[in-house]
Amino acid sequence: MSTTPKFAALIAALVLGVASGAADAKDKVKVGFIGPLTGGVSVNGIGGRNSADLAVRLRNADPKSKYEYEMVVLDDECKPNVAVQVATKMAADKDIIAGATHYCSVTAIATVDTYHKFNFPVIVWGAVLPDITYRNKYEEVHRVNGTMINQNDANAELISKLGYKTVAVIHDTTDYGKGHNEYFSKALAKIGKVNIVGTFGVTADQQDFTAELTKIKALNPDVIYFGGLTPIGVRIRSQMDKLGIKAAFDGTSGIVSDAYIQGLGPLAEGTLAFREGAPAEKLPGGKFFMEKYNAQKYDNPPEAYGPFAYAAMDMILDTIEKVGPDRKKVIADLANVKDRDSIVGKITFDDHGQNTVPVITKYVVQDGKFVEWDDSDYASGKRKLPGQK
Amino acid sequence: MDAGLLAQYVMNGLMLGMMYALVAVGFTLFFGVLDVIKFSHGDVLTVGAFAALATYVGLRMLGLNSNWLDLVVILVVATLAMAFLGMAIARYLVMPLRSAPALNTLLITLMLGTVLRESVRLFYPQGANPKPFPALLPRASIDLGTFNLRLDNVLMLTAGVLVIVGIQYLLNRTKLGLAIRAVAQDEETARTMGINFTAIVLATFALGSGLAAFAGVMNGLYYNEINFGIGLYLGVVGFSAAIIGGLGSIYGAILGGFLFAALQTIGTVMLPFASAYKDVFAFAVVIAIMAWRPTGLIREKISERV
Repeated sequence: MSTTPKFAALIAALVLGVASGAADAKDKVKVGFIGPLTGGVSVNGIGGRNSADLAVRLRNADPKSKYEYEMVVLDDECKPNVAVQVATKMAADKDIIAGATHYCSVTAIATVDTYHKFNFPVIVWGAVLPDITYRNKYEEVHRVNGTMINQNDANAELISKLGYKTVAVIHDTTDYGKGHNEYFSKALAKIGKVNIVGTFGVTADQQDFTAELTKIKALNPDVIYFGGLTPIGVRIRSQMDKLGIKAAFDGTSGIVSDAYIQGLGPLAEGTLAFREGAPAEKLPGGKFFMEKYNAQKYDNPPEAYGPFAYAAMDMILDTIEKVGPDRKKVIADLANVKDRDSIVGKITFDDHGQNTVPVITKYVVQDGKFVEWDDSDYASGKRKLPGQK
Repeated sequence: MDAGLLAQYVMNGLMLGMMYALVAVGFTLFFGVLDVIKFSHGDVLTVGAFAALATYVGLRMLGLNSNWLDLVVILVVATLAMAFLGMAIARYLVMPLRSAPALNTLLITLMLGTVLRESVRLFYPQGANPKPFPALLPRASIDLGTFNLRLDNVLMLTAGVLVIVGIQYLLNRTKLGLAIRAVAQDEETARTMGINFTAIVLATFALGSGLAAFAGVMNGLYYNEINFGIGLYLGVVGFSAAIIGGLGSIYGAILGGFLFAALQTIGTVMLPFASAYKDVFAFAVVIAIMAWRPTGLIREKISERV
């Protein structure tokens, strides 16, 4: 069986050679891409698809590349059941050597076993749940973007640096909120300067937080950390004000959205938030990426994770160029990625295939916009967060 | 616990209880006259709150900038609009199904609730996002130690009490109230006494739905934020409150609403484990009460409903 891909490639090359009549035709190699191309988060999936496509096009245009690449695109709809089907379809096709897969955490975590079973090397380009790389130790699964662990490390570090002493945690009781609570608490404990005075789990559609917030008011923390999504983030921030709580409000990637600012108006001012990744123009290779991307005239922008999809696909193509179109060799080579240059910065995979030097962007709301912390009036000292020394 | 904190908890609980009670009264009114459970009640509240918000946006576009005038206009518009919506629901969905099993009414209003909710989400501009609701009441507040007494909360509570007293007066002291009580007691006899049954049912639905709109506006003013999902939860809680109070009894509904709010507050404050379980606690107590008194805390006297 192991000779089949080569044999198929040979046939393909022969057919191609005959068809085109060109003696120097390159071998064709297939690579895969999976993302949510339909449904609520499809803008992100399409941005990722275009970015991965860009990596393939640029490679095919390069006269020095050894193979001609073809990208097979499948849609996981951000649904776990669909994702397992398309992942199986892709992994079972021996002609496809490797794939850049998944934006949604639910689909990425649902498919890791499938990739492992078929020995199909993948690089996750968007999903942030730590378990995707850390629950198992699958040599097939890698990830170029950061996880909520990295995001919370950055969060804890900033809170500690600002001189705050106490924090109360509110999180929703989904896996997402619980994960944030866990990793934020761990990160704070590691630094050891800030104490958590209370932790409150709330349901993801709760309306009234006055009881929890009154309890928090009695604890009088410097900061209220919130691990959850925009709708209840808006409610908590607004009810804090009603109860006269002056603490700083510290959120996660879940509230980085225009809806948060629209829902709160001036009250949003001074809210902290953190997100994996960075706007394309802030990335090391961002300028190059945007130029090339715009030159292709795609219908949609790359969105926040496009550069990561590009980096994931580019790494796959690099590896195939180096070791040839063979899944086992690709996996072996991806196990030793260290300080590899990419448009999102240096990439180093740890023993779980997780990039350990991911980009995290710190945000603060200033004048009705999420502004990068380092560029803000708060970092320069012109304005002060509530309770900031 | 110091007195200030205690006062704060009591205030939070009272505000919550007032909203629950207003919703519960609606459930109890509908059940009183028609023996139906109208599950779209919570979503009528949502539509009422959004109608108020849309009216406010319209007023601002017209250049009106008086908070009090805005408040009166949005309250009147929202209440009247929901009264009409309530009448339309009664006339075209609930009454035609009178001879069908009660389950059909329950199902059809449940589905109508979904239609209303999803319509707000889809057709209100960016309706899926939380919407800021204007703070139209004076924002003055007094800090009494750990207790932050806000004037707007006091005003809302007062308004809520006045509305409830008004409903009581209407039901017990007016001709319309007498007719509603007569229909609730015995439809056939009421008809033979010359009471226009259809008109009374419509009036009751208008009254209950208007109350829901009032609760929706209050919800918006209290939280300064509304979203398309507020009615779903308030509907479930309001229904439970009406049931534990004794479906059909106004006092029961009010008692149930405040009891439920008290349970939730106690669940968050007193229980040692995380506040995530406050709803589990509150609903578990509701189940226990139902097992203890299946007809509710205030038992229905055989012949008297409403």
